[in-house]
Amino acid sequence: MSDRVIEALGRKSATDDVVLESLRERLLARAADDALVDVTYRTVDSPVGRLLVAATDAGLVRVAYESEDHDHVLASLATSIGSRILKNAKGFDEIARELDDYFAGRRRTFDVPVDLRLARGFRLEVLHHLQHIPYGSTESYGQVALAAGNPRAVRAVGTACATNPLPLVVPCHRVVRSDGTLGGYLGGLAAKEYLLALESAAA
Amino acid sequence: MKQPFEQAVADHGAVVLRVCRAVVGPDDAEDAWSEAFLSALRAWPELPDDANVRAWLVTIAHRKAIDVRRAQARRAIPVEALPEQPTRHEDGPEGALPDDALWSALAGLPDKQRLCVAYHHVAGLPHADVAGLVGGTAAAARRAAADGIAALRRTYLLDGVSSHV
Repeated sequence: MSDRVIEALGRKSATDDVVLESLRERLLARAADDALVDVTYRTVDSPVGRLLVAATDAGLVRVAYESEDHDHVLASLATSIGSRILKNAKGFDEIARELDDYFAGRRRTFDVPVDLRLARGFRLEVLHHLQHIPYGSTESYGQVALAAGNPRAVRAVGTACATNPLPLVVPCHRVVRSDGTLGGYLGGLAAKEYLLALESAAA
Repeated sequence: MKQPFEQAVADHGAVVLRVCRAVVGPDDAEDAWSEAFLSALRAWPELPDDANVRAWLVTIAHRKAIDVRRAQARRAIPVEALPEQPTRHEDGPEGALPDDALWSALAGLPDKQRLCVAYHHVAGLPHADVAGLVGGTAAAARRAAADGIAALRRTYLLDGVSSHV
């Protein structure tokens, strides 16, 4: 008999999830009002798998492929930016729409504000340059190195691409080897191939 | 704490909500939860990485619940005795809480018993931690929790869910 009371006390009720969802929304809204949030995030589905999108007050700060392990990415954002991280399951309308349009071949550039605070120095220079590689075209790692101001830093360009905090939005998939082969991609070669095919078909 | 705060919400949000219901009743539980998690979010980066997150959240919820109960006391109309029948919420806009009878039965317990039941049996804290929150010794917290459970067996099981027996 005592078990039934104790069980009832510890048991979650069926409506709790609904209540918690609205409490989370309320928490997020109040936290944002008080400027208490370092990073918000949600996931969006795409033809190249589920993507994590994360933003600071300044803009989109991270896009991550599933292969990067979203929990791991969030843990690293907590260390590098701040641990006041909240999910915003109903937010990110604009980037979600832009990604949809991009994958449907209706969009060539992303217009959401970006926050490049996760990149520094030469890597940041590389990312700045990548933003100017036009949709549907590619550059070699060597060309990017030259454009970013250090023609001998071909390997460093590879590293900058591999650590790009904003894949897709900052189009590191448009950097390939000078012999025409794909090179690497943080989202996997299949994803890189998919994106380049998408862009050449729509271009 | 270096871990994303979202993890604390996901892991402990549901339990803290039930703790709040047990302590302040279902009507004010959501306000207590909101105040507690906002306050926890504020303090989160300073929390040591090896801290017991659930116990810490329950401690914050306990303090917020005291605030909420003070506010309740200020607006309450004094009554001679607690109502015999459990309060029902079927007509409320949120719909019925399936375990309304449980919260009503808890509301009928003396403060110390109610808190000890909430923090031990709902939050899962050891009696020593419960004593840290409500005052007194671990043995007294254990006794108050046991007395509370015994009282709930009489009120909740008989009035509340007798139809399920």
